[in-house]
Amino acid sequence: MRDVAIIGVGETPFGELWDYSFRDLGIEAGLKAIQDAKVTAEEIDAVYVGNMSAGKFIDQEHVSALVADYAGLADMHLPTVRVEGGGACGAVALLQARMAIASGMYDVVVVGGAEKMTDVGEVQAAEILSSTADQEWESVFGATFAGLYAMMARRHMHEFGTTREHMGAVAVKNHKNGALNPVAQFQKEITLETVLQSPWVAEPLGLFDCAPLSDGAAAIVLCAMDAARRYTDAPIRIAGSGQASDFLALHDRRDLTTMDATVVAGKRAFAEAKVEPRDIQVAEVHDNFTITEILAIEDLKFVEKGKGGPATVDGVTALNGKVSVNTSGGLKARGQPVGATGVAQAVEIVRQLRGEAGKRQVVGARRGLTHTLGGTGATAVVHIFERGA
Amino acid sequence: MSAGIVTYGGYVPRYRIRPKEIGAVWGADGEAMGRGLNIKAKSVPGPDEDVITISVEAARAAMARVDLDPTDIGAIYVGSESHPYAVKPTATVVAEAIGAAPVMTAADFEFACKAGTAAMQTCMGLTLSKMYKYGMAIGSDTSQGAPGDALEYSASAGGAAFVIGTDRMIATIDHTVSYTTDTPDFWRREGQRYPSHGGRFTGEPAYFKHVVSCAQLLFKRAGTTAEDYEYAVFHQPNGKFPVRAGKQLGFKDGQMDTGLLVRDIGNTYSGAIMLGLCAILDEAEAGDRIFAMGYGSGAGSDGFDLTVTDEIRKIRRDVRSIRDMVKDSAFIDYATYAKYRGKIAMKEAAV
Repeated sequence: MRDVAIIGVGETPFGELWDYSFRDLGIEAGLKAIQDAKVTAEEIDAVYVGNMSAGKFIDQEHVSALVADYAGLADMHLPTVRVEGGGACGAVALLQARMAIASGMYDVVVVGGAEKMTDVGEVQAAEILSSTADQEWESVFGATFAGLYAMMARRHMHEFGTTREHMGAVAVKNHKNGALNPVAQFQKEITLETVLQSPWVAEPLGLFDCAPLSDGAAAIVLCAMDAARRYTDAPIRIAGSGQASDFLALHDRRDLTTMDATVVAGKRAFAEAKVEPRDIQVAEVHDNFTITEILAIEDLKFVEKGKGGPATVDGVTALNGKVSVNTSGGLKARGQPVGATGVAQAVEIVRQLRGEAGKRQVVGARRGLTHTLGGTGATAVVHIFERGA
Repeated sequence: MSAGIVTYGGYVPRYRIRPKEIGAVWGADGEAMGRGLNIKAKSVPGPDEDVITISVEAARAAMARVDLDPTDIGAIYVGSESHPYAVKPTATVVAEAIGAAPVMTAADFEFACKAGTAAMQTCMGLTLSKMYKYGMAIGSDTSQGAPGDALEYSASAGGAAFVIGTDRMIATIDHTVSYTTDTPDFWRREGQRYPSHGGRFTGEPAYFKHVVSCAQLLFKRAGTTAEDYEYAVFHQPNGKFPVRAGKQLGFKDGQMDTGLLVRDIGNTYSGAIMLGLCAILDEAEAGDRIFAMGYGSGAGSDGFDLTVTDEIRKIRRDVRSIRDMVKDSAFIDYATYAKYRGKIAMKEAAV
């Protein structure tokens, strides 16, 4: 299996982008990544696109061909693939693209992730998001996405004494990081009081415990490691990847306070990369709700089970803490265009490992990790990245 | 030669409901909602009030200020998004009520919240071209907000009427300019009872883009800046948007306070900026300049640069002022509101 490197990254601003259509988002992120990688259209072998639900959000399916078309690649007749895996689709697309190069079938692949969520009303958007849970057993009975995560939060509070203040600390930290990210949806710091006083979405999760609905796209250019130096002096190697699935519905899971898919995906990625959690300096983890980040840092073994809340309050995951988590602002502050998430997380890690993260740069970042979830954790993907030798 | 306002009149129903009362029904923090919108109460039309009665009240109030032969009014246009009839004009009832019929023309206008200012511009053209001596432009609404929707906290009722002409003007309209695009921020399809809206999309790309762009055009045409005006009034869907837009354009609170009625009566839609302008004319003096900037969803802005003339001293100013109507309030609970607004399913009358 060949080593694979990231040689170019690009992203759009994230937010309520009234002036961007889905295709505008795809074009901007894709062209930025291609320009960053300095590859020509002739060199690109395939395009992979992570997208959760363009069919429901904008009535457009077949977005893989659309993105390649509007990126000016239609007459190259490239193979294009749209990957769907709930909120993890961008990360799954990255894994599929990596495998395509690793296998020797392709040499240069563009991976994009995009979602245009604000063309529908908020209620409709929430329903579309809930469609990644179990429709027959959960959504149809009225369980919303926030409601399902609220159950996990409740159980975590019961088992480990996690408090709303602990969860609020995640939001405060991620907004603080988002304030340093010029493409973040929310570039404004918030106080713990703001989180605690925000109206309930699903108790114990308030409005500020939840990531927003967003428009946005991100893209990455991958190539075989042995060719990477032709394009860049700073290739970022994908050292390990792990993907895992779990019961779709929450009630079938072994434990509400541990996402087994995250645990397994993490183990697989760490094993392939031959590193331990302590070897990671910077991580982008799925924080669609504040409780999700607490579960993630526990399940990825950055902190002991049950200690995610206090660790966050203690600054373990703060910028330049023991492991800097969600330096981009995370889904909470950078924004949550679902299909873009996994790719945007990787873009942030690449910037950190290249030393291009500006005011939010993690000092001495050599190795980074992304963790992306689909649904309520029925899909989890972990990638580990490191600076090329 | 310029056209301008010959007389004006407004009407605000006296019933009011507070955001807290609305929120309590829907399990929402109505007080916080009211603070967010900068609205303390909204006006509610009584059970016998609709856009026709409100328009007639406003038209009669306008005629009561002056000795004007109603048959000199050659055109009446009523702008509203809540005309009682889909087919059959409001304007003909107004015409009969003030004695302007039958040798005249009449029609109803619709352009969300700016249909009344569009009617003002139409009357300017008709009178400047000498087609008619005077024209009457009315903006009036009993606006709809779906129960439980954010709109329910602001959608209120009221209306205003302006007689437009080229003589006896109490305020000349020295410049007018419009800015119009196809922007779907707020809409209601035929047969639908309540409108839909694009949430935050109604802000930056809709209200602010049109209001600010049109205002800048008006400044350019008139060769003015915010400092040249004693008063400024904007379409006021809530108490925050007009203040933010005004400040962005250089206006100060003191210039905007008089016309900012939304805090006390909510968003009267087509009536909003016109009632605000009436409140300003209630206290303005000769020589005062007024900056008026309407907005209608869909979307567009109509801007007016006005100068109050000496004629303002000749009209009756001892009649009921807009401020009097705003103050004259009777607060009701949600159940009464639901009854007045026809939200309770009743036994159908035998036909």
